[in-house]
Amino acid sequence: MKLRNLGLVLFAAIAIGSCSESEDDGVTTTDSFDRRALLENAADNIIIPALQDLSDDLNSLKTSKDLFIATPNQANLDDLREEWLDAYMTWQYVEMFNIGRAEEILYSFQMNIYPTNVTDIQNNVASASYDLTSPNNNDAVGFPAVDYLLYGVASDDLSILDTYTNNTNAQGYKDYLSDVIDQMAALTTTVLNDWTGSYRDTFVNSTGNTVTSSVNLLINDFIFYYEKGLRANKVGIPAGVFSTTPLADRVEGLYSKEFSKELALEGLQAVDDFFNGRAYNGTTTGLGYASYVTELRTNNGTSDLTTAINNQLAAARAQMNVLDDNFVNQVNSDNTLMTRTYDELQVATVLFKIDMLQTLNVSVDYVDADGD
Amino acid sequence: MKSKIHTYLNRTTSAAPLAVFRIGFGVMMLYSIIRFAAHGWINTLYIEPQFHFSYYGFSWVQPLGNATYLIFALCGLAALFVALGYKYRISMLVFFLSFTYIELMDKTTYLNHYYFISALSFLLFFLPAARYFSIDTLGNTVAKDGKKQTPQIPQWTIDSIKLLLGVVYFYAGLAKLNSDWLIKAMPLKIWLPSKYDIPLLGDLMQLEWVHYAFSWSGMLYDLFIPFLLLYKRTRIVAFAAVIIFHVLTRVLFPIGMFPFVMIVSALIFFDSGLHERIISYIRRLLLPLKRFFIPLSRKRIPKKAMELKYKRFILPVLGVFFALQLLLPWRYLAYPGELFWTEEGYRFSWRVMLMEKMGSAQFKIVDEDGKSFYVQNSDFLTPFQEKQMSYQPDFILQYAHFLGDHFTKQGHKNVAVYVDSYVALNGRLSQPYVDKAVNLYAIKESFQHKSWILPFNDEIKGL
Repeated sequence: MKLRNLGLVLFAAIAIGSCSESEDDGVTTTDSFDRRALLENAADNIIIPALQDLSDDLNSLKTSKDLFIATPNQANLDDLREEWLDAYMTWQYVEMFNIGRAEEILYSFQMNIYPTNVTDIQNNVASASYDLTSPNNNDAVGFPAVDYLLYGVASDDLSILDTYTNNTNAQGYKDYLSDVIDQMAALTTTVLNDWTGSYRDTFVNSTGNTVTSSVNLLINDFIFYYEKGLRANKVGIPAGVFSTTPLADRVEGLYSKEFSKELALEGLQAVDDFFNGRAYNGTTTGLGYASYVTELRTNNGTSDLTTAINNQLAAARAQMNVLDDNFVNQVNSDNTLMTRTYDELQVATVLFKIDMLQTLNVSVDYVDADGD
Repeated sequence: MKSKIHTYLNRTTSAAPLAVFRIGFGVMMLYSIIRFAAHGWINTLYIEPQFHFSYYGFSWVQPLGNATYLIFALCGLAALFVALGYKYRISMLVFFLSFTYIELMDKTTYLNHYYFISALSFLLFFLPAARYFSIDTLGNTVAKDGKKQTPQIPQWTIDSIKLLLGVVYFYAGLAKLNSDWLIKAMPLKIWLPSKYDIPLLGDLMQLEWVHYAFSWSGMLYDLFIPFLLLYKRTRIVAFAAVIIFHVLTRVLFPIGMFPFVMIVSALIFFDSGLHERIISYIRRLLLPLKRFFIPLSRKRIPKKAMELKYKRFILPVLGVFFALQLLLPWRYLAYPGELFWTEEGYRFSWRVMLMEKMGSAQFKIVDEDGKSFYVQNSDFLTPFQEKQMSYQPDFILQYAHFLGDHFTKQGHKNVAVYVDSYVALNGRLSQPYVDKAVNLYAIKESFQHKSWILPFNDEIKGL
């Protein structure tokens, strides 16, 4: 009799746990976190405005480029460089969103693969026939290629101007510079149009916890960018943490020689803003993964993670601020400061990849097998 | 006492339950193998990786390139033959060996339920599961003068399966008797809320009492279900609980075939009447095919049954087998530190879905000139391997040796391998995991305690 009663209790407990939907009609969900609002904030206040700004920047870049090509002089070169830097800074807010159209057309591979391949660029210029969208040209296009074309194609500004005026293939250089910049603008328009078109709604409505839902894709992309695009590419690789010797020639903005720190700091700011749900170029803060993490951890009674992440990002920024404007100089003079910056960035990687992912318990896109 | 045991061992019963069990087992294993292949997992888990994590002492068990497909084919075919009861002993042996070989190839894919299948197939090899309703005995049954009498087999052969199932459940229940599971409702407090998108149940999964109800009822279920299934008056209710429990876990978690295997296995607890009905139902289904099966059957004079003929051998072997089953889960007591943290003695103990654990491990290679660099794990491991490696010390050690060998081969001299690693367990903030001053390349794998695992700065009370 006792066992039977126990069995019934057990059965009842499980039955209630599994199918009491009908008796819970009146209960409002405690899952008050609005994932749709998080996605709307990401799309409307962060991603689309950043893309819009980038698109504007690239159009200005095109205008300056046209002026420069018509009249290659120092003033036009200076303008062109300024527009390039503006757009490059804005790009730091866009690179992490490798989602939707951007992912389909391999957008970031065509915008910011560095170090750029000088030989490929020279060959393209010489042959005058090239497919800029080809994967083989990923390291011969985008911001790093323009960096080379505006700063590195000759040893000083006079010789650079000479390349675009008196060089036997000056026209070839002009054409290539023009094509690369036009292509960057065109790609950006494609991605932006998709967002302002149908994709935005598809994106914000995909709130499930599946490998292909926006909530999960976005956070996976974010972490991937943080770990690879920011931590490794901008700091780790030049500092030589993955090689026996430092590789100073792997810095972002190698040829302009003064922006690698600025670009990296901007990338870090973009990470900070996105995590906290801060609007692009604005001060308002909406729902972000920070709020999501805070809510989940408050609900399940575990300690504060959001503050830990923000403190760590601040620590990484403080360390990065100490570095030389040109990371090449930093690597060559005192690389330990570079590796220390990497270490601070790495600590935040752990917080993002382990603690945050554990809290969100998202379906990760890379593991396809049964669990226990 | 001795005579009681003797009497018990001589007691016989209908062969029907074991026959149904054999068919269910064979069909589900065949389906599992097909499903595994259809997901492309043979390739992604066993052929693509350039390096495999071996069990201690089993590094000789490696995937065989494209021939790995043949092992799976062999395993699937053996499962089919087991279901049909065709050349049962050899098929069961082939199944046990091929399945176990597959599981030993890479411990990245370790699942308790795969271990359960290996253990069960080892046991089944000794049992007369093809004595009834099998191709092997088709000729015999037909030869009988019209009377179809269900053969009798020793009672213990059926009870041994019940015992194995009972051990699985009961130990899974014991493993839940800890403060994280019962007091904190961890890791369900992390897992269940993330199922917000499941229709009907999603909202419920957010409620704290639900997390506690699931933790406690899961524990009670595991501890008591074997007894409730054994006891005739509670059996129906218990079986309903089995179905609900396993279907629910299937809905909530990606656990593949395991729920179905357990539901079908639990049928063994029922009386032979049910199994006779199942058999006569299958018999009707298969009737049109009978003429294909008959030529395969062996028409021969019935020999003395194997489990009787080799009784003096089989019973001690199974005695040792069950003793191991009962003792192995306790081996963790021989190690210091928190089991969930060190995982020393964690596997092969029916610790199912107990932890939410994630890690990150950054390996540093140092050569004799003091030059050092970090390894990009993705250069050597698949994402799945990296995930599993990052929080299990034996994986970390084996990978460190792989890296040491790799870079020594590349020409680096006096290589040392260090790891900078962090692990988060059941929602606690991540903590350093392995002593980063220890050269792992100089440490040999053994069953000794791994003293280079840093202490777990917390306590989980309980078993």
